[in-house]
Amino acid sequence: MTEQEYIQSRRNEPWRDELRRSMKAKERGDRARVHMPELDPEYRSHSLKEEVNLGLSEEQAVFEAARCLDCANPTCMEGCPVGIHIPTFIKNIERGEFLEAAKVLKETSALPAVCGRVCPQEKQCEAKCIYIQKMKKEPVAIGYLERFAADYEQKSGKMSLPELAPANGIKIAVVGSGPAGLSFAGDMAKKGYDITVFEALHEIGGVLKYGIPEFRLPNSVVEVEIEVLRKMGVKFINNCIVGKTITREDLLEDGYKGIFVASGAGLPNFMNIPGENLIGVMSSNEFLTRVNLMDASNPESDTPVQKGKKVAIIGAGNTAMDAVRTARRLGAERAMVVYRRSEEEMPARLEEVKHAKEEGIEFHTLHNPIRYEGDEKGHVQRMLLQKMELGEPDASGRRSPRPIEGATEWIDVDEVIVSVGVSPNPLIPSTFKGLEMSKWGTIIVNQETMQSALPEVYAGGDIVRGGATVILAMGDGRKAAAAMDKAFNS
Amino acid sequence: MNKIVAKEYFSENVVKFEVEAPLIAKSRKAGHFVIIRVGDKGERIPLTIAASNTEKGTITIVIQAVGESSKKICALNEGDYITDVVGPLGQATHIENYGTVICAGGGVGIAPMLPIIEAMKKAGNKVISVLAARSKDLVILEKQVAEYSDEVIVMTDDGSYGNKGLVTNGVEMVINREKVDLCVTIGPAIMMKFVSLLTQKYNVPTMASLNTIMVDGTGMCGACRITVGGKTKFVCVDGPEFNAHEVDFDEMLMRLRAYN
Repeated sequence: MTEQEYIQSRRNEPWRDELRRSMKAKERGDRARVHMPELDPEYRSHSLKEEVNLGLSEEQAVFEAARCLDCANPTCMEGCPVGIHIPTFIKNIERGEFLEAAKVLKETSALPAVCGRVCPQEKQCEAKCIYIQKMKKEPVAIGYLERFAADYEQKSGKMSLPELAPANGIKIAVVGSGPAGLSFAGDMAKKGYDITVFEALHEIGGVLKYGIPEFRLPNSVVEVEIEVLRKMGVKFINNCIVGKTITREDLLEDGYKGIFVASGAGLPNFMNIPGENLIGVMSSNEFLTRVNLMDASNPESDTPVQKGKKVAIIGAGNTAMDAVRTARRLGAERAMVVYRRSEEEMPARLEEVKHAKEEGIEFHTLHNPIRYEGDEKGHVQRMLLQKMELGEPDASGRRSPRPIEGATEWIDVDEVIVSVGVSPNPLIPSTFKGLEMSKWGTIIVNQETMQSALPEVYAGGDIVRGGATVILAMGDGRKAAAAMDKAFNS
Repeated sequence: MNKIVAKEYFSENVVKFEVEAPLIAKSRKAGHFVIIRVGDKGERIPLTIAASNTEKGTITIVIQAVGESSKKICALNEGDYITDVVGPLGQATHIENYGTVICAGGGVGIAPMLPIIEAMKKAGNKVISVLAARSKDLVILEKQVAEYSDEVIVMTDDGSYGNKGLVTNGVEMVINREKVDLCVTIGPAIMMKFVSLLTQKYNVPTMASLNTIMVDGTGMCGACRITVGGKTKFVCVDGPEFNAHEVDFDEMLMRLRAYN
């Protein structure tokens, strides 16, 4: 059966047919999209660990699920990098079979509770929903519903395991336990492989643990999903750096037949401007790792973190939003985003920008820092911002920012967090001889199979893409798993 | 979890641990370090590997009780466990036959210098080790250093042992006496700065092994960044060893005070 036929056969099940008939399409379409209940902005801007989005109630979820028209050709699925059977899980919610809905999610996604929270749905599944494509209406809240089903299952204590193929005894190593590695591990475990994930840090989860804060993605939610992978037989080894602690040769000698490299793009970029090494200037990776992974704001933690009163975050991606909102929660009176383009070009999710604004974050768009100055002890004291304007669109259609001559402004700061992107970690490329690399330091793979120049080595996520999103990393993991499995079976 | 198989006091505040870590013991080279963490709320601390035993599957680390975390670690005993040990990290020391090498170590820095002394000797160098400490009690590992050194010069601030004076006095004495091809220095940042200034004066190539604030130790955060030859470098992945004459020691000293 092809994927298309499978989707159709599920759609043709009698209960689905009956459900479709139970309400007129017009009635479904006339319903307004549900709003996610969230914590009060003033309250939450002081609360580091409480999740902002509170999740849908059962009534809200069922109501929203009924908006989905159960299209014969579900275009939403094309927008999902891991190919979740979207109408199938949503219709299960509509009929009240929440655990069934969660099962459908887990067929293709190793981390549904994570994706429901952090995916930019407005650019993916929801962007392809028929409501927005053809009817100029708000799309079905697919992300909220995914989160609802996954959370419902987590809270029920009745976590189901996906069906596992019989063990085939083939050992596969995964380098890195971030979203790409976990997604790959989940799919390969389902196919019967013997999977071991090697992680350099002391915690499993990669950016889900050290990067994304509790108020957006609680660690406990990530932990439950990792626990499911453990129950599926996936082994995790922390504090082990492939390329340093053990080499590729060690892995091959130990009988590993395939290696999936998902080591991410962990190296923070700096701007190389004067004063960037002053005390109080740091990367968003350092700031977020201290707060999220090391719990530095907790008095019981041995790891310190600076808590600035006047904090500037340079950049406007999701990481920048996470950092600025974290700084606010640690007590910043002024928490500012400094971005060299305009609001329209901001790469962060719309929802995160909205949340940041509600929490009192200042936005200095069309501004770019050009130097920092410190006090006699070397602590950053102020930053010089260059005002920018947008030029004509370049070849790629993007309007590039250019400085307005003579237009500069000093702003007092006592902490600066640089969040202008990351570069691929060079550790694997430098120790796996024979890999082909791009000039940006990413591993070159076959786009269809994610296979590298070393036949047993596949790669995915940020080490292939540079800094991208959680869900694209997961999609790569899924693609690599399918291709590696096919290679073993041919 | 990594078991502590032996503990020894070098002085009141300086402790040597032998820790089970078979994979690291096998893959480490001179100059590499590890990051360790003790307890759920513990912080990640970088420590250079002073020695390893591949048969026993252990590494040796030497730690001085100076702050809260290092005191907590020093209080551990044989049979206790270190929650996390990860490594080997950093670039290994570049070892070759240079000719005559001065190894200038201060205080607890003598421990991470020991594997370099050993490797330099085995590569055919004439090794002159200059060990410095505030007083006699704080001179550590003298016997082990002597085993791989052609000459050991001990300097103490108060003259309670060896020669009275600073490490730089010992180094300058050697440079004035014979041709030196390389100087390797490990110790407090301020000491390395002055060794570097001295050897620059005499045009003796010098490597310093830097000890900055670190978090992950794998290049992920840049907490350890310093300026070398006008460029920003990450000590954990580009180092810890650098051409001392290119290091901005004043900036490094400033950054070390970030949390004081």
